[in-house]
Amino acid sequence: MALAKVTHFTGLGVYVPGSDIDTDRIIPARFMKCVTFDGLGEFLFYDVRKNEDGSDKAHPLNDTRFKGATILLSGTNFGCGSSREHAPQALYRYGIKAVIAESFAEIFFGNCTTLSMPCVVATGDDIRALASAVEADPQLEIKIDLEKLRVFYGDKNFTVFMPETAREALTTGNWDPIAELLENKDAVDKTIRALGVV
Amino acid sequence: MGKTLFEKVWDSHSVATLGNGQTQLLIDTHLIHEVTSPQAFGMLRDLGLKVAYPQRTFATVDHIVPTDSQVSPFSDPLAEAMIQELNKNAVEFGVTYFNLSSGKQGIVHVVGPEQGITQPGTTIACGDSHTATHGAFGAIAFGIGTTQVRDVLATQTMALSKMKVRRINVDGKLRAGVYAKDVILHIIRLLGANGGIGHAYEYGGSLFDAFSMEERMTVCNMSIEGGARCGYVNPDEKTFEYLKGRPYSPKSEEWDKTVAAWRAVASDSDAVYDDVVNIKAEDVPPTVTWGVSPDQAIAVTENVPTSESATSEAQRVSIKEALDYMKFPGGQPIKGTKVDVAFIGSCTNGRLSDFREVAHYLKGKHVASSVKAIAVPGSQIVDVMARQEGLDKIFTDAGFEWRGAGCSMCLAMNPDKLVGDQLCASSSNRNFKGRQGSPTGRTVLMSPLMVAAAAITGSVADAREVFDLSV
Repeated sequence: MALAKVTHFTGLGVYVPGSDIDTDRIIPARFMKCVTFDGLGEFLFYDVRKNEDGSDKAHPLNDTRFKGATILLSGTNFGCGSSREHAPQALYRYGIKAVIAESFAEIFFGNCTTLSMPCVVATGDDIRALASAVEADPQLEIKIDLEKLRVFYGDKNFTVFMPETAREALTTGNWDPIAELLENKDAVDKTIRALGVV
Repeated sequence: MGKTLFEKVWDSHSVATLGNGQTQLLIDTHLIHEVTSPQAFGMLRDLGLKVAYPQRTFATVDHIVPTDSQVSPFSDPLAEAMIQELNKNAVEFGVTYFNLSSGKQGIVHVVGPEQGITQPGTTIACGDSHTATHGAFGAIAFGIGTTQVRDVLATQTMALSKMKVRRINVDGKLRAGVYAKDVILHIIRLLGANGGIGHAYEYGGSLFDAFSMEERMTVCNMSIEGGARCGYVNPDEKTFEYLKGRPYSPKSEEWDKTVAAWRAVASDSDAVYDDVVNIKAEDVPPTVTWGVSPDQAIAVTENVPTSESATSEAQRVSIKEALDYMKFPGGQPIKGTKVDVAFIGSCTNGRLSDFREVAHYLKGKHVASSVKAIAVPGSQIVDVMARQEGLDKIFTDAGFEWRGAGCSMCLAMNPDKLVGDQLCASSSNRNFKGRQGSPTGRTVLMSPLMVAAAAITGSVADAREVFDLSV
């Protein structure tokens, strides 16, 4: 089954500022008592979005101006902490399909890539300038171009970074590695025999 | 030019280079638990795949198990459904499962070493970021997401990019009242919560040579809090001694040959590192966190920072955010901060040596009436051994509750949770907002003995003063 080639992504933005936004904050552990990922979108950023009585707190994702946003903007070390894939799954199921941040935690980044969610790194200045533009015009269209490694909005654009392995996987439609891993079964068996693992 | 252990293991476990340039890496040992595996088994079913090497996957249940009564069915139907799902998957796919009635259940990172499953020179993956714990044995061990759990189940391999290696030397001796936990909190404080991104940490130096396997595990465990996906210590005689005779360790006829191979996998003396950090053991203080990221840490004798002390705008914002969440004014001594709950346990500090050390000082002391204190062994085996030594009695006599094995209040997926804005002195690994089960709950990370000191005095305290240790 051929996977979609993700060469670019276009959508509306929402800025969730902060550094070290961890995966517990993205999806609190108590919502992981489940055996599927269905329904996780509802609990995205739950404890910073909701009061204990279930009413809304002030949070960018609760701001109706940013309804329909698919690109999340944030700070450094986004997605740190737990390896839970529930975090990117919650983002994805909520409707966030790409993230622009100053840096990403490694496991989170890999989890996003295997879900075809581009995570690109930009400077804090570029992200804050984009966030201001989004604040001024929430309907501003943002385009993440993975071939040019640039983000375009209005009449502006800036350079972004993505490790070449992830960029290659996304743009060639190989972001889910399972088919390739299965194909190499003979090489796997050979390595296993060489190591005497089994 | 010599090679690091990381390079040797990486090279011997590389199966192929994938189209995108990543390496297809063989995973010798796959550990699974109830939270991050059910969806992976679901994906296997959807794809019509089997587990390629079921004898290389080991399961246990840890995150959701209650620690008061562990009799199934659990009172929480969601937790019960998760454990039933793991039971079903283990049977259907033929993987070894250390369940609650096995006598071997526990936190996955305590169980692996205990059973001798964790071995030097191997690759170990688990859908849990604290998998780096196993690096204490000279394994390359790291956390993975659920899609990668699927990949490892289906192929015994996964796609991974090679990491750089940072050597962290800690030389000298720790001062009295300073523990392995303080060492890793200090390292994270120095290098930052994102300092290790893209790196494997190799811990070495005379302090690590002198450390027990359990102390090495405590440090490796929190590599991820420093941003490093894996951290390890080169295997030595202590490693081999620890593993000898354990259920999954090599048997007598293979032992000598295997140990020779394990010895050879250690980093060469002329290995080249991408980066080297040197720390003096004497400089490590009893360390506690004051904020909502593990790098927001200070010596217990220091004052909590103020946002005015920040050196950048970004730092000012994060200090302010942390102080607001922690309900700290900033600038006050951390010592004396009122504590509501004390938790000793977790994959960081829930092993026998942790309970032994605390029990040694706890005898004859009592938990403050305002504090709820719980001690949660990391595994059923730790529980049994602690009981045989009478440690449980010392804890309960002092006013701690002695619980059954599990992750418990480290991440509060079971009924052990903070309530409201309670502040917990915790031997666990994360002080994230809401981590311990209440959206407004507060966590101060510290060594187990410092937790005991906080439990006794009812506030964050210097264990050296409380237990009269010479400073």
